[in-house]
Amino acid sequence: MESHKLTIHEIKDLIDNGKLSIEELVKGVIQRIGKTEAQIKAFNTLETEKIVEEARAIDDFISEGKPLSNLAGIPLGVQDNISTLGIRTSCSSRIIETFIPPYDASVIGRLKEHHAIILGKLNMDEFGIGASTETSAFGPTRNPWNLHRVAGGAAGGAAAAVAADQAFYALASDAAGCLRQPAAFCGVVGLKPTYGLVSRYGLIASAPSLEQIGCITKDVTDCAYVLEEIAFHDKKDPTSPKACRSKYTKGIIDDIRGLKIGIPKEIFDESWDPDVRDSINVALDMFKQLGADLVDITLPHSKYAAAAHFILMTCEASSNLARYDGIKYGTRIGDGHSLESLYIKTRSLGFGQEVKRRVMLGNLFLNAKYYDSYYKKALKVKSLLRKDFNEAYKKCHIILTPTTPISAYNFTSEIDQAMETNQSQRYTLLANMAGIPAITIPCGLSNDGLPIGLQLMADLFNEKTLIRTAFTFEHNTDYHLKKPMQLEVAQNEL
Amino acid sequence: MSYETVVGLEIHVELKTRSKMFCACTTAFGGQANSQCCPICLGIPGALGVINEKAIELAIKTGLALNCHISEYNTMDRKNYFYPDLPKAYQNTQQYHPICRNGYLDVDINGNKKRIGITRIHLEEDAGKLIHDSENSLSLIDYNRAGVPLIEIVTEPHIESGEEAVAFLEELRRILLYLDVSDCKMQEGSLRCDVNLSIRPPGQIELGTRTEMKNLNSFRAVHRAIKYEAKRQYLAVESGEHILQETRKWDDLKGESIAMREKQDADDYRYFQEPDHMPFIVDDNLLDKIKANMPELPRQKRDRFVSEYGLPYYDANILTASKAMADFFEICLELYDKNKGTKSAKTISNWFMGDLMRVMKELGVEIDGLRLSPSGLVQLLKLVDEGIISGSIAKEVFDDMCKSGEDPTEIVKRKGLKQISDVDELRGIVREVIEENSNSLEDYKAGKKKAFGYLVGQTMKKTRGKANPQLVNKLLKEEITNQL
Repeated sequence: MESHKLTIHEIKDLIDNGKLSIEELVKGVIQRIGKTEAQIKAFNTLETEKIVEEARAIDDFISEGKPLSNLAGIPLGVQDNISTLGIRTSCSSRIIETFIPPYDASVIGRLKEHHAIILGKLNMDEFGIGASTETSAFGPTRNPWNLHRVAGGAAGGAAAAVAADQAFYALASDAAGCLRQPAAFCGVVGLKPTYGLVSRYGLIASAPSLEQIGCITKDVTDCAYVLEEIAFHDKKDPTSPKACRSKYTKGIIDDIRGLKIGIPKEIFDESWDPDVRDSINVALDMFKQLGADLVDITLPHSKYAAAAHFILMTCEASSNLARYDGIKYGTRIGDGHSLESLYIKTRSLGFGQEVKRRVMLGNLFLNAKYYDSYYKKALKVKSLLRKDFNEAYKKCHIILTPTTPISAYNFTSEIDQAMETNQSQRYTLLANMAGIPAITIPCGLSNDGLPIGLQLMADLFNEKTLIRTAFTFEHNTDYHLKKPMQLEVAQNEL
Repeated sequence: MSYETVVGLEIHVELKTRSKMFCACTTAFGGQANSQCCPICLGIPGALGVINEKAIELAIKTGLALNCHISEYNTMDRKNYFYPDLPKAYQNTQQYHPICRNGYLDVDINGNKKRIGITRIHLEEDAGKLIHDSENSLSLIDYNRAGVPLIEIVTEPHIESGEEAVAFLEELRRILLYLDVSDCKMQEGSLRCDVNLSIRPPGQIELGTRTEMKNLNSFRAVHRAIKYEAKRQYLAVESGEHILQETRKWDDLKGESIAMREKQDADDYRYFQEPDHMPFIVDDNLLDKIKANMPELPRQKRDRFVSEYGLPYYDANILTASKAMADFFEICLELYDKNKGTKSAKTISNWFMGDLMRVMKELGVEIDGLRLSPSGLVQLLKLVDEGIISGSIAKEVFDDMCKSGEDPTEIVKRKGLKQISDVDELRGIVREVIEENSNSLEDYKAGKKKAFGYLVGQTMKKTRGKANPQLVNKLLKEEITNQL
């Protein structure tokens, strides 16, 4: 059995019926990683040596009839910016290349309590800055659908690993669409929950007011399974609300009759890849057939969102990344004779080019002379956009856009990463600016055979509606069942 | 030409919370280096803190006591700068929305009331401490203090001299202690004061260029530093120099300030709202709750001691110097006299002004460092009132009580200090004294009235002070008359 291809809910059925053991599952996925990792390069750190033992222990629990979580024994990958006790967490940066956290992020703690199995840490753009994993200090991750294309980013490692069946699901963070854009590029499901719904404690964020931990899964049902486990109140996270959570698996319903889907005029008027346009049009017809009403809405400030987002993100990054100074942990470069030269050498050599550029820009935007014209104005756009969404959600339940206006592009290490982020994440970052939940699901393939994603956005804490809408679409289409073929060929070539 | 001195103070006060500003680590002073830290206060990547509600409460209490407007909408902001003692490379502070604004404090200066404006009070966190080991040319960092909650109190430039600054600081310190907001120990750094000073010709409205003085470790240092700096600026201006806007370090041993660095407008801390936290709201519920629990403040208490107990201002001022002392006084008065009469109040106050202050000074302790209890003191007063011991014996008993905590009745019994009021017994002693001092008797007969006092003294000496003085007087007179 090629158990690595299974989804979480399929695994659960097989295990409940005694047709599969966790040990088999874990060995299967380790084997899969062994065969594919050389091409994909999804992982920064692999923990595969230790986990067979863990798997056996869980099999014992199962045979004892102990009640276990839906995620017990299911191997996952964790993006390299989510802290894992005792496992290197590098954010794909030289400056903390050897950093081993002394604690677990709250989500990791919860998953461990529920006997999840961590395969390793996933590649990403350095500190989440970039949109293709090309800024990773350890080299880019490749798109399983076409190894010459980017996997997207920052969460390229997470999306590629799930798409290539190297992990059954992955946790990653999303500050601009850094999780949804790669999920769309790699043809998998990616959810960014409402800001605060999932604890951020232990997330090494570069844009804390925008960034949220989410999950990448093979289908919408799995997404609901994972969200149900990772959404809990955490008193260690000052932005974690006490209530506002529900049984997300109850949202796995094939019924959206009467649901109002908002079509934002400004976004649909923009130019997209023709393939993307075609897929979205087909998807809109499908939603109508399934009983949803399409309503025109307007997001007047969306045209300023990308610029404002860029300012906020760089400002926060410049401050959040200042602690990497070679004093307390991580890389230290310098003879120690002068504090200033220690700072300069450590940070000059420790950070990559794109990170340095953003830090410089962030410092400029926050300078007292420019504060009002950049940072303060960007905050204003953020609150105006939030109002746009409030208005829009009076007319509809869900807002639909393409996840990205383009599909996965070629490796372009020479181009301006900032521009690329703006281009490919300009629709996803709207949800980060408004704090609302958004999901990307596959909705077709381009003429080049690359996945296309559609994005659904709901109002704050309406993840259940999001899941119901996405599930209904998925249940009545087969885009999510398509698998990257390129990988198999590449394997045979080895 | 004469100049007036213009001083504004910036006072950092460590708040008396059990835990730090954003984590559960203890704020205790003096622990082993880096033993009171966690991922949050060490700025370990990914760790998030949750704001300490007790710190917010203490800041509000201070603001209320200083007549401030309390902000409803509050944010924490980041002050970004690099220094090894600052683990996150930013300090959490309140640049844009300080929790308290526009207050004042009335201070008594030479019997006149002066109102000093409070610009703002904001919450912030402390940094760690750098320790330079010059022997091994090492710099070490202790992060125990990193993340300890502080408030910074910023005054308007309403202070005109070192005397005024010290009077303000003393009153402020007294209030903070009353509120139990801080230990206010300057030696341990829980109260730190920076002085902003400029001079200008009288009548000029605009302020001169100011300097900021740091490293002032006592009120006395504040006083001296202001005097020194005002003179330094005066001499500079008089000789045609420009005052530089700079930070200066006070050297208390040399009694002078030294320029540390030029302060420029280019000091850019790139302040922005803390993106890891939501703004926090101080609603009416919270405010009402805090208001309801505000203690009586020193000025109110002092005024009440004058009006309610009829005490002189001088007494009331000393009695209310600390809350512990005032409480001690009031318990004593309640126990001594249910009606809290003026005469009773003054009787007790006299003990405080005299012997109690003396013993505290001798032992170098505050009132709660004595082993004396209010009921013990009252018992002692009653022993005197009832004529069981004399006033002078009472002082001796009092000293013992303060040191041993023993009951006054026990001390009197153990040491046999009971007053001799038995007429026959005392008459015998008086006769002996007259016999032994026949010269004095002759002197007295010859008109030297002073000799009578000597005989009283000898009687007291013989009884080791236990004789009832009134009775001694009476019996001596009788015996002398008999011998005439």
